[in-house]
Amino acid sequence: MSLRNIGIVYRKELTEALRDRRTLITTFLVPLLMIPVLGAGFTGVMSAVIGNAKKEKPKIMIIGSEDSPGVVDALRTNPKINAVPTSGDWKNLVVDKKIRAAVEIPPDFQTELAKGQAGTVKIYIYGGEMKSEFAAANIESFLKEYRDSVVTERLVTNHLPGELLKPFAVRRQNIAPPEKEAGAILGGIIAYMLILMCLNGAMHPAIDLTAGEKERGTMETILSSPVSRTHLVLGKFLLVMTASLVTAVLLMFSVSVSSTVLQKSGALNQMVDEGEPLPQLSLGPAAAASVIVMAIPLSVLFSAGLFTIALFAKSHKEAQSYIAPLMFLVVIPAISAMLPGVELTPKLAVVPLLNVSLLCKELITGEYHWNYIILIFVSTCVYAAGALYLAVKMFQRESVLFRS
Amino acid sequence: MIEAVNLSKTFQDKKRGEIRAVDSVSFACRPGEIYGLLGANGAGKTTTLRMLATILEPTSGTARLCGHDIVEHPERVRKHCGFLSTATALYPRLTAQEMVEYFGRLNGLDATTLKKRIDEIFDRLDMNGFRDRRCDKLSTGMKQKTSIARTLIHDPPVMIFDEPTLGLDIMTARTIIEFIRECRDRGKTVIFSTHVMREVEKLCDTIGIIQNGQLLAEGTIEQLRQRHGVNDMEEIFVKIVTPHYQEAV
Repeated sequence: MSLRNIGIVYRKELTEALRDRRTLITTFLVPLLMIPVLGAGFTGVMSAVIGNAKKEKPKIMIIGSEDSPGVVDALRTNPKINAVPTSGDWKNLVVDKKIRAAVEIPPDFQTELAKGQAGTVKIYIYGGEMKSEFAAANIESFLKEYRDSVVTERLVTNHLPGELLKPFAVRRQNIAPPEKEAGAILGGIIAYMLILMCLNGAMHPAIDLTAGEKERGTMETILSSPVSRTHLVLGKFLLVMTASLVTAVLLMFSVSVSSTVLQKSGALNQMVDEGEPLPQLSLGPAAAASVIVMAIPLSVLFSAGLFTIALFAKSHKEAQSYIAPLMFLVVIPAISAMLPGVELTPKLAVVPLLNVSLLCKELITGEYHWNYIILIFVSTCVYAAGALYLAVKMFQRESVLFRS
Repeated sequence: MIEAVNLSKTFQDKKRGEIRAVDSVSFACRPGEIYGLLGANGAGKTTTLRMLATILEPTSGTARLCGHDIVEHPERVRKHCGFLSTATALYPRLTAQEMVEYFGRLNGLDATTLKKRIDEIFDRLDMNGFRDRRCDKLSTGMKQKTSIARTLIHDPPVMIFDEPTLGLDIMTARTIIEFIRECRDRGKTVIFSTHVMREVEKLCDTIGIIQNGQLLAEGTIEQLRQRHGVNDMEEIFVKIVTPHYQEAV
């Protein structure tokens, strides 16, 4: 095994790759820009939508309230809702989103209430529509307050202390360390993107160095040089793997930086109510580094796999049509790992790609189950070695190199 | 020195079954001589030369280049030969010099020798004007010169040319023809394939006529003329090949 020749081939392929615009875009630009652009776009749109919805004073209609002026007046003066004059087609108005919700006060509400039992107040909403849900929530919280005030009044009338209503208080508090919270929110999506980027980074160079070489007519040139085919394929493979790994590293770098920037920018403020704690999104360097380590066997697997497939093709276009369906195959396990409730089990730990995605999800939350880490690293290495062996074997076959 | 002994190559084709592209071909080619392989398209010229250059492996039989067996030591064979065909293109994103350097390194030349060889060849072929220009920006003539420099960088004793003038204009083709002649004059063993009769008449010391993968006739131009009683090379070729000729389907 002559490392010298592998090195010569690698250096030449590197020179060419660095002069290829498409490789530069997929390896450097896409992973660096995708996260900030997607992240900023997504949080921008989300916070704008949620912010607007929360700021809006929802129009609502009060129905069947003729005999209960007390509750109606209280509703009308509530600053969080805008009660508009009642009309008969209120149902259509809700469905047409002209008003956000309608609240129906049962007949003789106030009289019945004074007696003690006043039936049910109904809120009509457009289910699944965010602004309608917010309006309903405002009405509901108003009604709860109103109910409490009624109870308190009664207690006072009966000379009982008001605290009877609230014998104890309930409060939620987040005690998860910030990086764990970030991991739980981002883990699935990062694992998914890592797999996609590893694949995407390897794709163009893999095609360019195999089918592209056939198409440009340089395959015969290089085969007439004294370099052995094994050295040639290894030099080429290393370049493809480099591209894939660089893409993965830049992705994690970009995730780490953009999530911290996003956290500090205050863009998240819009998404939560005042006084509530902000969700923690910034990802620590330890989490990013551990994911990169897992990306190594992953990029070997993808590079060798794509290399073998692209080697069969005679042209760039043909290779792309072989690889396109592969994208779907890869995306399925990557997405499955994002589903809530899919957790690492010994069986899933040997399913290629799914195991890496699940492990990345854990690594990002800062959990290190060493038995799984070793099992998954080793099993991915085994798959990767298999794929690489196949690539080397295929490169020896005339029927593949000179397919006509 | 090239010696081919019963060199054969069969391909498997899904529709047509087994194809004998080269069928038990034997010939010898000595240093300081040009051997011309003459044949129609699909006769087996390219396959024969690709086997000599160890790009393809023979199904049976073998050949020796400078004493190295093409089956047993393909890497040694490649160190001793330069292979040039219209299918051996240049890497578009490398410069002319990088292209030649790459092949020099793969041939095991050290940095000092490589630099000396490159300067020498670039001077001789008058290539210094486009040394640092990328191969995809070169004219056809410049590309041909770069290809020639690429085959010469390790100063191989054997040169293999597969239809080197195919699709080239007259001026570029002439550069190649002159180069082939120069190789012979420097004592190299030269084999080349063509279907252009004029090139054969101008260049070849020995001619082999190949059809359906079989070597049908071999000899100097004079010998072939006497044997077949006609003077014109094209007439000789037609006379030999016609009984065996089946149009490719």
